[in-house]
Amino acid sequence: MADIFTRMGNLDRRIIFILIALAVIIPILTDLIIPNIVGAEPSRDLFEFVDALPPGSNVILSFDYDPSTMPELQPMAEAVVRHLFLKDHRIIGMALWPQGAALGQDAMSSLSDSLGKEQYLDWVNLGYKTGGGVMIVRLGTSMRAIFPTDRDNVPWSEIPMLQGINSLDDIQLVISLSAGDPGIIAWVMMAGDRYDIPIGGGCTAVSAPQLYTYLQTEQMVGLLGGLKGAADYETLVGIENGEAIRGMSPQSVAHIAIMLFIIIGNIAYFTQKRKGGAR
Amino acid sequence: MNWEIVGIWLGALVTLCLYSFLYRDNPYYKFAEHLFVGMSAGYWVIYSIFNVLIPNWWDNMLPEGGGFNWIWVIPGLFALFMLARMVPRIAGLSRLALGMIVGTGAGLNMLTFFQSNALAQVKGTIFSVATGGVWSIFSSLVLVVGVVSGLVYFFFSKAHTGFTGKTANVGITILMVAFGASFGYTIMARLSLLIGRCTFLLEDWLPTIPRLLGIGG
Amino acid sequence: MRLIIPLAITFTSGMIMILNFFIPHQPFALLGENLQEWYMIVASGAIFLGSANLLHVHFRKTRLKLKNWKYSPVTIVGFLVMIVLGLIYGVTENLPFDYLFMNMVAPMGATMFSLLAFFVASAAFRAFRASNWRATLLLTSAFLVMLGQVPIGAMIWDKIPLAKVWLMAIPNTAGQRAVMIGAAMGVVATSLRMIFGIERSYLGGAD
Repeated sequence: MADIFTRMGNLDRRIIFILIALAVIIPILTDLIIPNIVGAEPSRDLFEFVDALPPGSNVILSFDYDPSTMPELQPMAEAVVRHLFLKDHRIIGMALWPQGAALGQDAMSSLSDSLGKEQYLDWVNLGYKTGGGVMIVRLGTSMRAIFPTDRDNVPWSEIPMLQGINSLDDIQLVISLSAGDPGIIAWVMMAGDRYDIPIGGGCTAVSAPQLYTYLQTEQMVGLLGGLKGAADYETLVGIENGEAIRGMSPQSVAHIAIMLFIIIGNIAYFTQKRKGGAR
Repeated sequence: MNWEIVGIWLGALVTLCLYSFLYRDNPYYKFAEHLFVGMSAGYWVIYSIFNVLIPNWWDNMLPEGGGFNWIWVIPGLFALFMLARMVPRIAGLSRLALGMIVGTGAGLNMLTFFQSNALAQVKGTIFSVATGGVWSIFSSLVLVVGVVSGLVYFFFSKAHTGFTGKTANVGITILMVAFGASFGYTIMARLSLLIGRCTFLLEDWLPTIPRLLGIGG
Repeated sequence: MRLIIPLAITFTSGMIMILNFFIPHQPFALLGENLQEWYMIVASGAIFLGSANLLHVHFRKTRLKLKNWKYSPVTIVGFLVMIVLGLIYGVTENLPFDYLFMNMVAPMGATMFSLLAFFVASAAFRAFRASNWRATLLLTSAFLVMLGQVPIGAMIWDKIPLAKVWLMAIPNTAGQRAVMIGAAMGVVATSLRMIFGIERSYLGGAD
């Protein structure tokens, strides 16, 4: 028995690769669905905040990510956009990451028609700007100075839904979907703490633990952390079999697989240690 | 030609090229990797031109109604100085642009980091002290003791001996729990990305094969 | 002299931002707003610098036939294709530039980072050892979070998600906050050193 664990300790990494791939592929192929339960998570707080906003509120949705984190943040973007549309809020899309501008456009335009929404009346994509936090500070005094045109070069003055909006003071909520810096932290610091604008967000699972500090201080109104956050939001909005909800089944199986790897790796380590061979 | 299917196949081919790295480094992986770098850089440049330089610089310098706002020559010149780094003889000019970027960032960050990540956090810790049930009081205690002892652990101006050492030990224990949580979340993040790609290959790309071969629906 | 002007620019820009924060009235409001807008333009210069450098490296690699030079033209062609299509069609949805982004750049970016799932699993198997009680604590915390984050955790024991929520909200917040406050003090100190010209390494290491 001890020999088996010793041999396992020297396993070719490609076997681990295959096992991880199988842990993900099998649940997808078998359409395994494990129902997602939303507890007292910060994702519920964000949902309830959006729900409680009066219809017609102006919400900035900042797509601060790129394709490398798309599987986590794109389902989040689609769920949030759907919720904002269903509640008749107006979405002002923008991006602190250049590739977020195209991904945000995809999320908003794909839902716009099916929910009877119109570009420039119910949503707009202002596009990408450099500058991160410095740029956000300027939004606090004039949004038009930063966005004289939208992503497709349509002047601010020709976009009906933007008339009457001057600065961040006219925004009821900012939601940043963030994969790192610049992202949620910049929004919390420059828009939330400086101009007192409510900040919500969605982030990759990697950065979620750090952002929990802003929840306890109420610098953020809610947070969607990784695929779990996206699945929570899909569940709360009522999206059946959403991309993130479906992703939670392979996620469950793969987590168990990794935990088993760690346990087996440790047993192999202690077995070898007892024999005096482990480093 | 069905451009949607062509797009799916393009995506699938580059995905498989990149995954071939799992077996070992090979020309297909290198090809896709180099293509990714080149296309990403091209994308960044185009977005910078259309979303930043034209609306925020060019249109300000040469407004539609005519005229010339000379003041906007300055940031344009500074942006150009950035490129001087490529020419050794005039590389020093890039320091002017860097000076502006660093100074602006430092001036802003100094205040906002202090306000949001120091003062607000201290305030949050102090006001976390709860008066509710036993569990709530216990949680507040863990939070306050955790923050203070964690800070003591990072305070290297005093030797970690005696009471300071014991407090730092509590701090590192709390930090270990936090790092464990970060590790758990990191595993989740990486797996989510893999799930996204596998879903694409299995649910978007794979069904196109029988369609192309004229089998089934 | 070659350092005095950049240092003066750093000091002036830094002070404008500080004064603009505390005195948001004229003339500091106007100065601050202009600087914020200029910052965007100058920062985008960095993107052009990065791209110019990328091209320079790959042209050089091809010319001198350095290791793996055969792939350099792929980078150059990929770059030029995006530039040409972008200049002709713009960034509008569903036109060639956007099409190539959505169908090639996006899948490649997502795949590149998804490779990490395999390596993190392999690393967890080989290196994550409960060799002492603190490492065991880290492992326990990681297991609790990994189970609490997925629906299967609640199926094993319905208290696991609750324990995860508490762990994230209290001990995790405490640990992260200690790091955050420490780092914030570091940012304040470094920023002051930069504004006052004590820290100059960003100018190329010259003293």
